[in-house]
Amino acid sequence: MATQSKPAQWTPAEVKEEMLKKYPPKVARKRASSILINEALSNTTPEIQANVRTIPGIITMRGCTYAGCKGVIMGPTRDIVNLVHGPIGCSFYAWLTRRNQTDAGETGENYMTYAFSTDMQDSDVIFGGEKKLKAAIQEAYDLFHPKGIAVFATCPVGLIGDDIHAVAKEMKDKFGDCNVFAFSCEGYKGVSQSAGHHIANNQVFKHLVGQNDEKKPGEYKINLLGEYNIGGDGFEIDRILKLCGITNIATFSGNSTYDQFASAHTADLSCVMCHRSINYVADMLETKYGIPWIKVNFIGAEATAKSLRKIGQYFGDKTLIDRIEAVIAAEMPAVKAALEDIKPRTEGKTAMLFVGGSRAHHYMELFNELGMKTVSTGYEFGHRDDYEGREVIPGLKVDADSRNIEEIEVEADPERFAPRKSEEEMKALTDSGFEFKDYKGLIPDMDKGTLVIDDLNQYEAEKLVEMIKPDIFCAGIKEKYSIQKLGIPLKQLHSYDYGGPYAGFQGAVNFYKEIDRLVNSKVWGFMKAPWQENPELSATYVWE
Amino acid sequence: MLLRHTPKEIKERSALVVNPAKTCQPIGAMYAALGVHGCLPHSHGSQGCCAYHRSALTKHYKEPISAATSSFTEGASVFGGQANLLQAIENIFTVYEPEVIAVHTTCLSETIGDDIKQIRDKAEKSGLVPKGKHIIYCNTPSYIGSHVTGFSNMVKGMTEVAENTGKKNGKVNVIPGWVEPADMEELKRLAALMAVPITLFPDTSGVLNGPLSGEYHMFPEGGVTMKELKEAGDAVGTLALGEWCSADAARSLDTRCKVPCKVLDMPFGLKATDRFVDALRIIAGTSVPEEITRERGQLVDMISDSHQYYYQKKVALFGDPDQLIAMTEFLVSIDMWPTHMVTGTPGSKFEKRIKELTAHLPYEVNVKAGGDMFLLHQWIKNEPVDLLIGNTYGKYISRDEDLPFLRWGFPILDRVGHQYFPTVGYKGGLRLLEKILGLLLDRKDRDDSETQFELTL
Repeated sequence: MATQSKPAQWTPAEVKEEMLKKYPPKVARKRASSILINEALSNTTPEIQANVRTIPGIITMRGCTYAGCKGVIMGPTRDIVNLVHGPIGCSFYAWLTRRNQTDAGETGENYMTYAFSTDMQDSDVIFGGEKKLKAAIQEAYDLFHPKGIAVFATCPVGLIGDDIHAVAKEMKDKFGDCNVFAFSCEGYKGVSQSAGHHIANNQVFKHLVGQNDEKKPGEYKINLLGEYNIGGDGFEIDRILKLCGITNIATFSGNSTYDQFASAHTADLSCVMCHRSINYVADMLETKYGIPWIKVNFIGAEATAKSLRKIGQYFGDKTLIDRIEAVIAAEMPAVKAALEDIKPRTEGKTAMLFVGGSRAHHYMELFNELGMKTVSTGYEFGHRDDYEGREVIPGLKVDADSRNIEEIEVEADPERFAPRKSEEEMKALTDSGFEFKDYKGLIPDMDKGTLVIDDLNQYEAEKLVEMIKPDIFCAGIKEKYSIQKLGIPLKQLHSYDYGGPYAGFQGAVNFYKEIDRLVNSKVWGFMKAPWQENPELSATYVWE
Repeated sequence: MLLRHTPKEIKERSALVVNPAKTCQPIGAMYAALGVHGCLPHSHGSQGCCAYHRSALTKHYKEPISAATSSFTEGASVFGGQANLLQAIENIFTVYEPEVIAVHTTCLSETIGDDIKQIRDKAEKSGLVPKGKHIIYCNTPSYIGSHVTGFSNMVKGMTEVAENTGKKNGKVNVIPGWVEPADMEELKRLAALMAVPITLFPDTSGVLNGPLSGEYHMFPEGGVTMKELKEAGDAVGTLALGEWCSADAARSLDTRCKVPCKVLDMPFGLKATDRFVDALRIIAGTSVPEEITRERGQLVDMISDSHQYYYQKKVALFGDPDQLIAMTEFLVSIDMWPTHMVTGTPGSKFEKRIKELTAHLPYEVNVKAGGDMFLLHQWIKNEPVDLLIGNTYGKYISRDEDLPFLRWGFPILDRVGHQYFPTVGYKGGLRLLEKILGLLLDRKDRDDSETQFELTL
């Protein structure tokens, strides 16, 4: 197999130098700060440049703020009509293109299979689009009578100055039984889709969370924040939580509904999966309602077990703790059996992960379980805290691009704020080593001498693959085929290549099998024809 | 039901589009630009546009799609995108070394009014464009027309390179319109069989249907070269396939370089292919070889062999005007009954053409330009059909209504084959018929009772 012939080893410094060599000097200087050769320092984590502007003309993996808002955060909510205000493309491209699975049952509301747009025309751009937006909201209401209609701004909307929030409010007041709210998520805001996550989450928090005080049945109530149910990941996590007797009040936002968001403030613990897209919501839930939060990770069987135990420890109830142990004991044999079969074929191989704002970190767990080393990694839209840990947050600079992303100030809700645990209970937990709102980032989990690269681009990816020749590269659809042309399998970790789930215990087994399939596929050995591999024979071969 | 909120009752909508049968201009410009050799398409706007277009094209072709973006921030949106575009041009020529950059605009850069021609001139004057390299461009405001308009605009942009030296070079320009790389290859094969030297542009064959060989080339071997585009001004004539996709470019060549043009339908199906072959023969002053006549005969043969299964079967279609016009003519020619049809692309000419092609049928066809798939679905609920034809998004209607479904158009996200097997020409007609027949007979085999179940069909 082509991928097994290792070339002469390049040092990380040589790889970095090679990646920067061809750039114009200004670009090289800027990119140099985003490419970190990990020092694995014992006390501090080295600093990396992240969440800065993409360089024009450099082929980036990143998308826009609208994609982060409409596509990522609001996309998986099934019973809200997501109306895109703008020219047709933005709505079209976000139509069913992320693999957010949902289960609305036989008769439940499900608008995820629909694309709604105001299909802005030149006359709307010239004379303003508010009138058309109003009419479109009215038509959506008349056709579907949904609980909620969400309006999303695209680039021209901000430029022509349509006041989408005023329109939304006017229509909400007019209907009385339908919540209409809007997102100023124009594509040019921020530097990546991360700004869109923030805008979306803020509006969800403002317009939806806290609306339903009804007490939900069940024990050990949690919110699962930053889990988007790609390929059914959320279903697998819910299956496990249910087995453990843990009640998931609201997932933000995989397989979610309007009511889940509205009830999120009734949970007793927030569990954060994707730190990047949602850690601030966890903070706001704590400040406003008194719900503490912890970082969890359900990617990787060991990580899943660890996260479950952490939830058990938080509630501190022996029945729950025992039940969690029983579930782990029941689930692990299948995981171990799969690993026993597969690991001999994956052990020692290498991976590169360039995806998301948390996935690049989470999936290292699964590769570790397979005995594979992550030799280079980085985020597409992460911030420094996702690399270096939350300690750096207070020192993060507010720049021109982050300034225009709304920060909402929350304070304790006079009626609904209730500490979930007494100060003594919290202190006892902390003293025992239990970590609340703690995330140490990706860099501490990377070995010395590995390359951590933010906002990796097409050119650098190609250089990395050529020089280091990993056995597998993980990124997205735009990167998939250029990497595979080089003979290296690429696993999509946005869409999972239409497979999955990969979360939880069963998901881990799915992932092991998938990586085994990819790194050991025969196809990578078919790239050269016999006459290309041994051209010299053709001259001497004689028919007999 | 996947589209469970779609009611049978049709209410007029004036503002809300649900499940569009079109997308925006820039993706068409990007696809067209990929059909120029050594070309890196460049999206002048926010980086999300470029990311979305690259994703959609990648999923359709299962091939790498390289394109760059000006990555607008809020500042660029307020002060104009010139600095971003100039920086992008410098970076692209330095890092990726394309022969040509094809810039298209977006709703963002159009709304703020960036003047691409002026920025290009500035880039050239300030030495950002290496000697022998080029920048072509077109305006693609997303709030006008559709992806088809964007394709057409970029193809027209290509013709601005053409020069009329006053000496004809004996070649024929063929503008294929938004068809697949396999279709472009088939058009070149037909021309080669007729020994007609053609310049096909754009030409994505050899770009978007490449091999897996262990090597990655950002700029594969295929595509029309800048030299060929320049020489297109000396061609004896231009055949533009598809009024919506190709006519503007052909007329521009006519106006600028005095290259006479003829606008034909896209050569899908028997009659449209007949007209293409005949026109190519006449313009080049050559004769049609036996091999092509034989292929034509095979298509006629297949129609006659399986006519009973097509006869009066009702079809619902959605897609782009040029494709739908040719497909409608083909369906009618084999006695199928196109019943409902929408395109998201506006233009009343489309409805008129469809009505003319179906005027002799004993019913009035439902047709709408500027329509959406929500309306199409409602029409189907009111009058059921036997077959649905359109891009992958049709699979939701197909499943809900239990309809045989032919994937044809853009984008196809869940099947392969369109990269490699043409549907233009007589060979392409055979493939279309084989697919349609397979769908109809699989359905018959599924639905026939055990008593009626037949071995031979």
